Amino acid sequence: MGLGVLDKTKIGAETEEREIAVEAGMLRLFCQAIGETNPIYLDDSAARKAGYPAIPAPPTYASVLANLAPPKADLVLSVLGADLGRMLHGEQGFTQHKPIFVGDRIRLKQRIADIYDKKGGALEFVVLETSVTNQDDELCATMRTVAVLRN
Amino acid sequence: MAVAKTYREAVQGAELPSLTLPPVDPLTLALFAGGSGDHNPIHLDREFARKNGFDEVFAHGMLSMAYLGRLLSNWAPPERIREFSTRFVSITPLRAVVTCSGDVTEIAVISGRRCAKLALKTALADGTVTLSGEALIQLD
Repeated sequence: MGLGVLDKTKIGAETEEREIAVEAGMLRLFCQAIGETNPIYLDDSAARKAGYPAIPAPPTYASVLANLAPPKADLVLSVLGADLGRMLHGEQGFTQHKPIFVGDRIRLKQRIADIYDKKGGALEFVVLETSVTNQDDELCATMRTVAVLRN
Repeated sequence: MAVAKTYREAVQGAELPSLTLPPVDPLTLALFAGGSGDHNPIHLDREFARKNGFDEVFAHGMLSMAYLGRLLSNWAPPERIREFSTRFVSITPLRAVVTCSGDVTEIAVISGRRCAKLALKTALADGTVTLSGEALIQLD
């Protein structure tokens, strides 16, 4: 038995599937926020000249799409009832199978893969996995997020 | 150590060209909150940060990961970036200057494809490592 306060019976809980269109304007705002300079991420004609059907999404953009299309009940804050002010981002990983492009319609589904604690329950860890699928039912990416709760 | 300007020059031990960003200021964090859809007030609202045991707001971990993403996307096209992961080791305070760096730790054949394994990190001007990560770049 762990010493944490989070309900481990919620391992396996998942969100509904959400859909979001990859919009050029939102992607441009993200590129501006991170100072992106590579023209294939900024300019449709540069992307097409490089052989892409449209502007591709930068490497971490799947997590932005997940933020822009939140589930009805956030798995950490609502389903597990954790306090936002106590939450830190511990780890983030992307396994990419196919690029995401402007104009795609992306579907996201997230589940609680694991919950564990360290330091006698002072720190708890929630492992979340998200599938990222496009309009042609191709798996673009899977994301792994570890949220850390300071009890 | 040799610098590999792009994935085409990848050899074990080669460094990626490093990337140093302008200081993280409140505008950077506001833009990133809007651009990333992460509106957590711990990055925007000093009172909220103080209530939760921090002296000041601090940068989103995903901002530094996105900076590392720029290091990668300057080096290889998006379809070659197969894996990209980081651990958020320490907080990036306001006004910090973040430097992204990486090197090729190994050239390996994975699922029949030649790949470069990269070790990545972001660090502050005083050398404090804030993110530590890895990536797998498909070479052919």
